Amino acid sequence: MPSNACVWRAISDYVPTGIEANMTKNTTTSLDAATPIVIVGHVDHGKSTLIGRLLHDTDNLQEGKVAQIIESSKKRGLKIEWSFLLDSLQIERDQGVTVDSTRIPFNLAGREYVIVDAPGHRQFLRNMITGAADAEAAVLVVDASEGAREQTRRHAMLLHLIGIRHIIVLLNKVDLLDFDQAKIEAVQHDVTDLLTRLDLKAAVFVPASARDGDNIAARSERMPWYTGPTLTEALVAVPSPASRAELALRLPVQDVYRFGDKRYVAGRIERGRVRVGDTVVIGTQKTPARIASIEGWHTAPQVSAYAGQSVAVTLEPDVIPDRGDLLHHRETAPVEASRVRTRLFWLRQEPLRVGESFRLRLATAEHAVTVTAIESVVNLDDLTENPGEEVPPEGFAQIILSASENIQFDPFTPGTTDGRGVLVDRQQRIVGGAPLVGAAEIAPGEKVIHPSASHVSVQDREQVKGHKGAVFWLTGLSGAGKTTLARAAENRLFAAGVDVTVLDGDTLRAGLCSDLGFSEADRTENVRRAAEVARILRDAGQVVLVTLISPLKSDRELAARIIGEGFAEIFVDAGLDVCEQRDPKGLYAAARAGKISSFTGIDAPYEAPQSPALRVETGAQAVDAAAGELVSFVEAAVRADAGQRKRG
Amino acid sequence: MDHLDQLEAQSVFILREAYRKLKPLAMLWSLGKDSNVMVWLAKKAFLGRVPFPVMHVDTGKKFPEMYDFRDEYAKKWELELLLGDCPPVEEMDPSLPPAARSAARKTAGLAAMIENHKLQGVIAGIRRDEQGTRAKERVFSPRGASHKWDIRNQPPEFWDQYATPHEEGMHIRVHPLLAWREIDIWRYIEREGIPLVDLYFSKNGKRYRSLGDSDITFPVESNASTVAEVITELETTKTSERAGRAMDHESEDAFERLRVAGYL
Repeated sequence: MPSNACVWRAISDYVPTGIEANMTKNTTTSLDAATPIVIVGHVDHGKSTLIGRLLHDTDNLQEGKVAQIIESSKKRGLKIEWSFLLDSLQIERDQGVTVDSTRIPFNLAGREYVIVDAPGHRQFLRNMITGAADAEAAVLVVDASEGAREQTRRHAMLLHLIGIRHIIVLLNKVDLLDFDQAKIEAVQHDVTDLLTRLDLKAAVFVPASARDGDNIAARSERMPWYTGPTLTEALVAVPSPASRAELALRLPVQDVYRFGDKRYVAGRIERGRVRVGDTVVIGTQKTPARIASIEGWHTAPQVSAYAGQSVAVTLEPDVIPDRGDLLHHRETAPVEASRVRTRLFWLRQEPLRVGESFRLRLATAEHAVTVTAIESVVNLDDLTENPGEEVPPEGFAQIILSASENIQFDPFTPGTTDGRGVLVDRQQRIVGGAPLVGAAEIAPGEKVIHPSASHVSVQDREQVKGHKGAVFWLTGLSGAGKTTLARAAENRLFAAGVDVTVLDGDTLRAGLCSDLGFSEADRTENVRRAAEVARILRDAGQVVLVTLISPLKSDRELAARIIGEGFAEIFVDAGLDVCEQRDPKGLYAAARAGKISSFTGIDAPYEAPQSPALRVETGAQAVDAAAGELVSFVEAAVRADAGQRKRG
Repeated sequence: MDHLDQLEAQSVFILREAYRKLKPLAMLWSLGKDSNVMVWLAKKAFLGRVPFPVMHVDTGKKFPEMYDFRDEYAKKWELELLLGDCPPVEEMDPSLPPAARSAARKTAGLAAMIENHKLQGVIAGIRRDEQGTRAKERVFSPRGASHKWDIRNQPPEFWDQYATPHEEGMHIRVHPLLAWREIDIWRYIEREGIPLVDLYFSKNGKRYRSLGDSDITFPVESNASTVAEVITELETTKTSERAGRAMDHESEDAFERLRVAGYL
């Protein structure tokens, strides 16, 4: 049970006031589009409780809901847990956390809203962004007794990056500060400071107690000094979205249909207006065409259409655009560049490094891009931007993306759909949001590279080969039997139809790494090169067995980072005495005699893996048995899904 | 644009994304009000035609009026109709409460159809406001080879960028009506003149608000006998839409368990 979950007083204790009764008179749902409001804030600062309270106090709860919640709460030994209104999943109620964002329609003084509840737990950032990305305004909930915390800063940063500019700060739990004006204003000052650093400004600060209903729908009598709006008044004051119809036309092509003898170009107008007879320019090839008609079914004939509408147009001449091509008017063309500077909110659980390739989705377009620079990384403790080698999991940064072709875009602008880039990885997973800043100039002396990404998908390769690509990194002392083991496994795997390669340390040093010695820096470089080669082979769908002493934990971590998914550390484990006794290359003897230095196990350390994916004992075990172990492990790892598929 | 225009434009956008990205694709047609709206929206998106099959997963226990409606409108709307059977209730998870167990037949029937037709996309008419666990859904909701809904591990979905299948045996449930509310559905039915089965309208003081299998669906008290009267009724009611669907109410997590297993 959450120890500090907010629990309201029993419902019967609560007496509605006059203000609230007036607000609930109007239950007629309006015909206007609903205004989405996202509720964000640090975990346990009271978001879900606030929403439960708000829905109840404004008479937006369905019959039976309250009784249902009382029952669910009792079952878990709680008094009344109002957050259960939103935490509808069993796991959420059992663990007392919001796992996924949810949306609740809500009516206030005749206006429609959709409340988006975003989970505060850090690892659930992707769910929060799912809920928050299209909100019109945000309520940032801050526990006044705790002040801004890590997630407060993270969420504020996210509001900034996704372009939400109307922010209501709800200073919650002010009862814990005895409703003291000076103390509350001190918190307000801190939060203002935090927002200013993000170029954000709160529309209003509302001191409140969500649990008791102070300044939610009814004005608190315990803070006579506060004369600003209650939360519901602040919500009523949220401006309606500005029309995008008056901006320059952007119609990204979603698809092209041929039905009967007509060709239709389908898409949603992201901004501006299009009229029959207009001449538009299509995509980067800049073909001009005239809008011959705007087509529809079961709708009045149209001569023009505007932002927000999904349309199908016919063109004259009958050219065939590609999905992703922008239709625009000649005099108001978008930016065009092959190097783009972008802000980034990174959703993956592993860090991002320079050199990684993605698909950049931008409206309906998709471009192969590579991260060619990380310009700065945000430090979430103080919101400063600093140079960095990598973007940490769920971190924020500014990066440069390079493509092999020109990308057409408009820089990210709050309140529009401009520049909303999304990064998709090789497995087609959405891994980051990229609000595009603008074209990136080339700095003097900078290496200008435009790596291209493959058009052959991972899944196509898997299908052809019958297995996944993966890297098995065999580490262990010299003489432990890494190469013997890998070569034996290679034979068996190949016979079983696996496309397998061994990247052997000595073989690499004979060619690719012949310029390297055995200093720590050179060893690290050796590992880096082996890992980069292994990655390329893995990307080509191969199973790679790397055999490198790789004695340092930090080097193996470097390899794991470079290779990313599909890296498995295999500890080939034989005791130093055994290895020295075997001494197949005579190296231990040479090291003991002082003929070679920095020899692992003698005068250089070997940091044994603490939790390898597999440990193969090669001290006493015969090669055959050890190879059998490795082969089974590899087969299970690269063919696991195939097995499941067959069973399904 | 008013609210209905906006919902319509968004649903059309979603249907066009599904048609472009997921092949083969099919739409579930349960013969209820929401799925009729969905067929209608597909005709809007594709200029008067539905360019993929519609599927009716037939439990064999629908109301006779629904079967008549299906046969009439499959013809009128020129739909390519695929029919699928459901296994008997004895084969369903015996630990489920009785009505949920009966509803689970539909999950099994649907799974068989998805496998038989190797579908990559299945368009379904669920809405967020119907039920708490549906409120947590994605517009494009990936399902693994076992068709399970992985609640803890849903992909991010923002800025109109949707998940695509990335493993063999996976499919995507596409939910074009997720943002619609019950009253939006009715107002759209009124505006567009979309035909419906008569059971939604009051006879002898009762009407069905939500239609499922005839043995686990119950009518509600109502005098609303026209679309306009239903809208007026919904503008003031605080009873939940699925109050007449037995499987939702047997135990707290019955519906979540059904959904995790692949129910709609």
